[in-house]
This record gives sequence, structure tokens and C-alpha cells, in this order.
Amino acid sequence: MDWLTLFEVSLTGLASGGLYALAALAFVMVYKGTRVVNLAIGEMLMAGAYLFFTFAAMFALPIWLAIPAAVLAAGVLGGVIERTMIRPLLGEPPISVFMVTIGLGSVLVGLVEVIWSADQKRLPDFLPDDPIMVGEAFLSPKVFWGAVIAAVFIAAVLLLFRFWRGGVALRATASDQAAAYSVGINVPRVFSLSWVVGAMIAAVSGIIVGSIGGISSAMGVFGLSVLVVVIVGGLDSVLGALVAGLLIGVIEAVAGFYLGGEYKLLATFIVLVAVLMLRPYGLFGTHEIERL
Amino acid sequence: MRIGTLKETYLGDAALFDSRTQKGWLIVLAAALVLFPFFAGSYWLYLACLVAINVASASGLNILTGYTGLVSLGQAAFMGLGAYTVAVLEIRLGTPFLLNLLAGGFVAMLGGLVVGIPSLRVKGLYLAIVTIAASFIAHFLFANFDLTGGTAGLTVPPAQIFGLQLDTSFKLYWLIVPITALMLLGSANLFRTRIGRAFIAIRDRDISAEVLGIPLLRTKLLSFGLSSFYAGVAGGLFAYFFRVITPESFPLSMSIFFLAAIIVGGMGTQLGAVLGATFMTLVPEALKLIVDIMPGGASFTVFLSPVRTIVFGLLIIGFLVFEPQGLAEVWRRIRRFFHLWPFRT
Repeated sequence: MDWLTLFEVSLTGLASGGLYALAALAFVMVYKGTRVVNLAIGEMLMAGAYLFFTFAAMFALPIWLAIPAAVLAAGVLGGVIERTMIRPLLGEPPISVFMVTIGLGSVLVGLVEVIWSADQKRLPDFLPDDPIMVGEAFLSPKVFWGAVIAAVFIAAVLLLFRFWRGGVALRATASDQAAAYSVGINVPRVFSLSWVVGAMIAAVSGIIVGSIGGISSAMGVFGLSVLVVVIVGGLDSVLGALVAGLLIGVIEAVAGFYLGGEYKLLATFIVLVAVLMLRPYGLFGTHEIERL
Repeated sequence: MRIGTLKETYLGDAALFDSRTQKGWLIVLAAALVLFPFFAGSYWLYLACLVAINVASASGLNILTGYTGLVSLGQAAFMGLGAYTVAVLEIRLGTPFLLNLLAGGFVAMLGGLVVGIPSLRVKGLYLAIVTIAASFIAHFLFANFDLTGGTAGLTVPPAQIFGLQLDTSFKLYWLIVPITALMLLGSANLFRTRIGRAFIAIRDRDISAEVLGIPLLRTKLLSFGLSSFYAGVAGGLFAYFFRVITPESFPLSMSIFFLAAIIVGGMGTQLGAVLGATFMTLVPEALKLIVDIMPGGASFTVFLSPVRTIVFGLLIIGFLVFEPQGLAEVWRRIRRFFHLWPFRT
């Protein structure tokens, strides 16, 4: 066994794991705020990437303007989704809400194919492309910078959660809705907020993922790995999303390198089943106590 | 005017067909189904067979998701198990098709039992994701075994009965539709029994069900097994109908299709599975017809597949938001309208 190769592969895995973690954060955001399992997370990522593509390549805006524009547009999209699809289903069984997000994913894929066609597209390059060396190991520059941006964003989101009023309101709503109401938090507004912010984070990770591997209407597959990440980490745990993101990233990279590309998803799903058998609520998820 | 049904015995209350009117209409429906192939063209026969296969599989998923409350996104994988079993048996051994279909059902059932094992510990959406895992593992197995022909898949010889080859939609209709009808009858009867009621108790509140003395794991496994059995038989029919199966024949989107079908139809009702599967199978065809009729239709055909995707999504969202009880409830409302006419509800 060649240790350097293993190190290189794991490093790439860690870096792409950072992207999983960021996308998983978008998911956890929505779940914590509204208890909605968003199966359309991959498609929301895709929508963000395509919005960026529109602003950067079709309207020819400079990159520094196109990225915020795409993220803002994604936020609006998130708000619209919350208002039209999620709000009317408040109080319905979780499976209904979860099926609505499946429908949403389908609509987003269809819209992307109608508007931009199903062909693969390249996003304009904006990440630096000098090779990155970590000791002896080589790391693809795009993957490295993607991971760096993801890390910066994760840190920013965590800080926002901790200190910003909206973040605090969100955490309060997540831990006890009725209590949050009674101390004057506008809970419906928090619901909107969590979808808007979730969609924005998803858009950021979509832009990074898209600029590494190109964008196409099949990008939603990325969302499957993200789902595995959040389930392994525990649906409502930010820490779990980060740890599981890195873990799944490394496992995928190692399985993909040593066994072949088709083993990637298989390996992650086997890890998922194994983790769930031992810890049904994921590694760091809240264990719900059920009683009659 | 009929405004209610009077039942004087418990037996009457639990009867499969509760009123004479209903029996009458069912006879009419059966007669229509028997006469249909003699009048319909091959395109409509093809659609009818496809609808029947989907109804069979959807009613299986309805047992698991609609009646037992365990969300599964693995129905397509179980159909694949059934289809591959049937194909391998037909090619290698050439056993009679009814035996193959049963074997397909039982192999899928075994698969379902294995996937169902986590269901005691893992609940709700976590379980749904585990069943997604099952469908990936199944896809992997189909694509990487010699027996299943790898990614190229298998070509299935037509089903045979007394030396007669069932190779056209007309002939297959007589195989597929009766089997589907039998399966529907079976699942309707299931919920008149102890086991079926145990399923419903688990759906309504699993902890209370356990307190009432229902063995949770065994009953949940049974539900998984039955539902996969249905999927397996439907998959077997699928194999005889399309005659070519590949690992790509049973994608995750197919599982989503079945879940969408029972939601659109109305979860936890027999009628729902039938209506939902029929509706969801026919909508894409209707879209195709509309595009064909439209002036300058050729330029729209590019958009056909994405528009189908959008309509599929919108149907799920629309039904959940505006009509959460599904088509079965719409049907009930229409019936009530005629019962009460000229009064309004």
C-alpha cells in the first residue's frame, strides 16, 4: 500500500467533505427551523448554481457581483418555496411535507431543463488554479479553494447562529416552539428565515460544486450524498453535519479510488445503514423519547 | 335516494362489498375489463397492461406505507428483485410462468424482510433513507453479477402457456389484468383480518399497538414482506411485459413514482392505490397526446420530458397542499353528490 497515495486521496476526500458539510448545514438549517426533511437539497444546490450561471455567463456580470446576486435570488426562491409549499402544510404529518420536497425537486429539475436544457455546462472559472502541495501530496486547486470557501462559510454561519438576533431566534424556535412564541419570537417569520438562509447556503455550495465539476440537471445526485451525511450526523445537529460531512467525504474518496467510481454511493450507503443500526438518531442527533 | 347503509350484523359491517349497488357496479367494471381488449387498439392495450402492473405494485406499497405507516422508497428495488428472479428462472430453467412469478414474489419478499429489519429501531424519515440505501445496493447487485447480465441486462423470452406464446399486449392482458385483480382482492381482504388490523394499529400509534400486544417487529416485517411480495410479482409481470430488463429499469425515480401514486390516489385506501397508479401512469401519455395535437408540435417535443418532470412534481405538491386525501376523496365527494342530489352538501 502506498501511504502517500492514500494520504493524497484522503486529503481530497476531506476537502470535498467540506463541501458536503456546507450543503448539510443548509439542510440542518431548514430542519432545525421547520422540522422539514428537505429531500430537494440537491436540486436547491443546482438551482443556486444555475442562477449563478445566468448572472455570470448570460448577463455577463463580473464574478463579485454575480455571486451575491445568485445567492440573493436563491434566498428569494427559498422564501417563495416556504410560503407556497411549506407553510400550508404546517401540522400535517412529516411524510406529506417530505413528499412535497420530492415534488419540489422534480419541478426544479424540470424547470432547469426547460430553461437551460439538460446539457452539461461550465461555470466561469473564478478559483485560482496554482497547484496546491500539502507536504508531498498534491491537491487539486479547485477542490482546495472550494473547501476553504466552504470552511469560511461554515464558520460564518456558526458565528451568526451564536450572536445574531435572528440566529438566536432560530435556535430558540428549534428547541421549543411554544416557549419561543411566548417570549415574543415571531415563529412564522423564523420559518421563512430558515428557508431563506438555507437556500442561500445551498446556493453557495452549489456554486462551488458547480465550478469544480460543471453544472447539469443531474446535479441533484450530489444531494443524495448530502442526505447520507445529515442522516449519519443526526438530522438536527450542526456538529454532526460537519463531522459526518468530512467522514463521508473521505470514505467516498477512498472507496472511489481503490474500488472504482460505482462503489462510491454503495460505500456511503453501507456506512449509513451500519451507523443507523447502532445509533438510530445518527451520531449526534437528539434522541427523542416517545411516550404514550 | 340512498343516504346511508343500514347494517344489522357485524358480518355485514365487515363484508368485502358492502352494498348491492357496489356489487352491481363491480360486475359492470369486470365486464368492461373483459370486453376492453376486443375493442381497444394495441396502444390502449399496451397502456392498460402498464397501468395494471403499476396498480399491482402501488397496492403493495399501499400496504406498507398507507396502512402500516412505514415510508418506503425501495419499491422499485423489490420490483427489480422480482423481475430478475423471473428472468433468470425463465432463461435458465424454463419453468412455467406462474411458478416464476411466485418465485419472483418470494425472492422480493426475502429482500423486503432484510430491508425491514432496521424498521424496529429506525423510524419515519430515517427509515425512508434506509430504503433508498436498499435500492442502491440492489442496483449495484444487478449491475455487477454474471447471473443478471451486468449492465447489459437480460432479455426475457415470452411467457408460455400450453405452447401458446404470450407475446402481444392482447395476450399479455389476459395474464396481467387477472393477476392484478387477484392481488387487489387479496389486499382488500387483508384488512378484514387480524393481521391487517394490526398493521393499521401500528400506523396509528406504534407504541399503543405494542401495549395492545401486537408484536411490533414481527408485524412490521410481515408488512414489509407482503408489500415486497406484491412488488416482486409486479416486477415479474414487468419482465414479461417489456421482455428486456437492465439495472436502469428500476431507478430510484420509479420508487418515488409509486409513493407519489399512492399519495395522489389517497393513502391507506384500496381505491386510492388503483386511482393513483392509473392517474399517474396516464398523465405523461396525456401530455404526449396534447403535444401531438398542438400546432407546430414538433418544436414542443424537445420540452416533453422536462415538462413531464415539472407536471409530476406539481401534481405531488398540488395534491398534498389542496387535496391531501387524494383522488379517493374526490371520488367519495362525487358519489356523495349523486347520493344527495338535488340537495347540496
